[in-house]
Amino acid sequence: MGNAHQQTHEGLPLEYRSETGKLNILGFWIFLGAEIALFSTLFATYMVLTGRTAGGPTPQELFEMKGVLTQTFLLLTSSFTCGLAIHQMRLGNLKGIYVWLGLTLALGAGFLGFEIYEFMQYVHEGATIGTSAFWSAFFVLAGTHGVHVAFGIGWIGLIMLQLAKRGLTPETSAKVFISSLYWHFLDVVWIFIFTSVYLSGMVMSHG
Amino acid sequence: MKWDEFFVTGDPLIYGADVAIAVTVLAIVSVLTYFKRWGWLWREWLTTVDHKKIGIMYLISAILMLFRGGVDALIMRTQLAVPNAGFLNSQHYNEIFTTHGTIMIIFMAMPFLIGLMNVVVPLQIGARDVAYPYLNAVSFWTFFMGAMLFNISFVIGGSPSAGWTSYMPLASNELSPGPGQNYYLLGLQISGIGTLLTGINFIVTILKMRAPGMTLLRMPIFTWSTLVTSIIIVFAFPILTVALALMTFDRLFGSHFFTLSGEGLDMLWANLFWLWGHPEVYIVILPAFGIFSEIISTFSRKTLFGYKAMVYSMIIIAALSFLVWVHHFFTMGTGALVNSVFSITTMAIGIPTGVKIFNWLFTMYKGRIQFTTPMLWSLGFIVNFVIGGVTGVMLAMAAADYQYHNTYFLVAHFHYVLIAGTVFACFAGFHYWYPKMFGHKLNEKIGKWCFWLFMIGFNVCFMPMYFLGLAGMPRRIYTYDPESGWFSLNFVATIGAFLMGAAFILLVYNIYYSIRRQKPEVSGDPWDGRTLEWATDGAIPPHYNFAVIPKVTGLDAFWRLKKEKQRERIDDAILPIHMPSHSGKPFMMSVFFFISGFGLVFEWFWMGIVGAVGVLVIMILRSLECDKGYYVSVEEIKRDLSSIKQ
Repeated sequence: MGNAHQQTHEGLPLEYRSETGKLNILGFWIFLGAEIALFSTLFATYMVLTGRTAGGPTPQELFEMKGVLTQTFLLLTSSFTCGLAIHQMRLGNLKGIYVWLGLTLALGAGFLGFEIYEFMQYVHEGATIGTSAFWSAFFVLAGTHGVHVAFGIGWIGLIMLQLAKRGLTPETSAKVFISSLYWHFLDVVWIFIFTSVYLSGMVMSHG
Repeated sequence: MKWDEFFVTGDPLIYGADVAIAVTVLAIVSVLTYFKRWGWLWREWLTTVDHKKIGIMYLISAILMLFRGGVDALIMRTQLAVPNAGFLNSQHYNEIFTTHGTIMIIFMAMPFLIGLMNVVVPLQIGARDVAYPYLNAVSFWTFFMGAMLFNISFVIGGSPSAGWTSYMPLASNELSPGPGQNYYLLGLQISGIGTLLTGINFIVTILKMRAPGMTLLRMPIFTWSTLVTSIIIVFAFPILTVALALMTFDRLFGSHFFTLSGEGLDMLWANLFWLWGHPEVYIVILPAFGIFSEIISTFSRKTLFGYKAMVYSMIIIAALSFLVWVHHFFTMGTGALVNSVFSITTMAIGIPTGVKIFNWLFTMYKGRIQFTTPMLWSLGFIVNFVIGGVTGVMLAMAAADYQYHNTYFLVAHFHYVLIAGTVFACFAGFHYWYPKMFGHKLNEKIGKWCFWLFMIGFNVCFMPMYFLGLAGMPRRIYTYDPESGWFSLNFVATIGAFLMGAAFILLVYNIYYSIRRQKPEVSGDPWDGRTLEWATDGAIPPHYNFAVIPKVTGLDAFWRLKKEKQRERIDDAILPIHMPSHSGKPFMMSVFFFISGFGLVFEWFWMGIVGAVGVLVIMILRSLECDKGYYVSVEEIKRDLSSIKQ
């Protein structure tokens, strides 16, 4: 609002040059604050319900390091490539953005593939959302993160479409930047899932 | 599912409601068709992104919900007026106290305050609109559709009956079968999205869109209360989102978060619910404090006493609001240490609140007080709220709480804070800012009658409940024996409830009367106000709010401008104004939310998916849209200004 489009913002990165872009970036940071509250609640629920397996399968029996490590590797790398895409955006190199964002989405899809495979394994071995309080908490925590990743893939894909149509403008670059914040945030959440769900689930014995 | 399972049958009250709903819908449709107003409704209201119109829609919805929740209350009081009454059976009574509580908190109090925030805050900070006008429309429509979804439950499928707190295992499939509890979960979930977005929207609006010169500590106190409330919303509502989702999984997909089987923890629900629920209490009281501060300052003709103390006390209350949730279930059995900690944090809230009470008193001290209707509501608030606050400190003592827990003492306490605090503030703010929305004041004489009737009725209704509680009457019972000795006080309480009902009718009549009879205001400043919302040209601000954004030099910005006689406008300062375009997408998206929610209520998953896909499609269309709004030309602004001057 105001006289946004008449002002010049030379010297600022492209995504900060429109009033809308600036407002949206701040608003998204606050939204991420709400997301932290959301995931914190899920983590708290998971910790409270840890060990409550009701005589069913335990995480020590089912968790496997290999798949989870691959997932971690894929997602962490995707965060790196996402950062490179933003770097290319600052350089004004549209082709570079496509390459790195494309790679980011491919790595994200790989992560998702492994996660779905992992979930199917668990279901196969008799651990579903209805097996016990522990597995309910596990599936909903990891699943919420997975759904976020899936949503991110669709969203960033949509933004790439807009880049192709409209090129790099203050509006499209703000969208790219915001979606990159989202992507890094999912990476951070995953680090917590990796450590406090998988690593401690395999190492510590509960109950 | 047969039709007689789909519609609620067998109760004459419900058949009456069916007829009333059918007649109302028919009346609305035929009036709109007869006067050819469908296009007007769509263009001016359903697709609007103007914060003032969205605010008005919030207020209308909130008053409708106040009617619905109030009727629930009167039905309950009728049932409890005499011992062993047969007006309602226990199930029906349970449903009514559940919908009463849920509607009053989620669909009445919050939207009423958010409506006032919408109308007032952008004007108070000298902005053209909120930071995200489109998102604001999404907020309103998701709230509205969530409220509608919850409200149809009593004629379609049956209402929830596990209380507004919906404790597990009472709210589980085993003990609350049928769609009722699902309505609660999905109605609140959908409207909760809107509330969260409102929180984000107002934080950014207030941080980024203030008029030049308005530093944080020059902001009007209602704007401050909105900022603090929005921060609470952003951190509290995700907790509700998760809690509702987990219970939805328990009921629809057989998970074991709160169930007795599968090693679930029923008290986990209570903890999550109140981790949101207690901050929620402050979400509905802090804006009320802001409203009273504005009104008391205006009608005492003085700057607010202890402005900074007011700001800091709100921030402290907001922080403490996240640290007291266990006091809702001291009887859970966490032990003396945990209870003591939460006892102390709870009592600590009394300190910043006490600071505020004294600041209001000192604002009035040596002021030239005008006893207008909004001021009467504010004065009534101070006295009655203190009673509610003091009994709150009594409840905060964990050991004593074992006596008060789940009795009418508690019911009396929270009505004394929520009605004398929030509802009085809603009415006060409604009367105060009404001329800004509609260009005329509400009639003062009817307004004062309404106030006294309501205030007296309120005390007649709830004061006896303290004593009923001390006499051992538990809450949420649908009837009692004559030997209990609770009859006379209950009867008195029922009389009070009907007095409040009469006051509500008077309020609605006042709106009708004032539209027809009150003389239109000529200036934008009917109360000789102090803050920028009164600085607009004309009684009702134009859609872009200010022709030229005012400059702020201190607290009470408009008061200073008036004192310094700096109101002459320099026509050259008028520039084209950039405004956002209307959009039908928020409305349509919320309709899809409604469809999805309705499907999930009845576990018709195909319908849930159809609705969700609809929501996603609208989000995609919005993302692909390239809409940069439009400009209001200098000529148009000048035309508006000259038409006001005539």
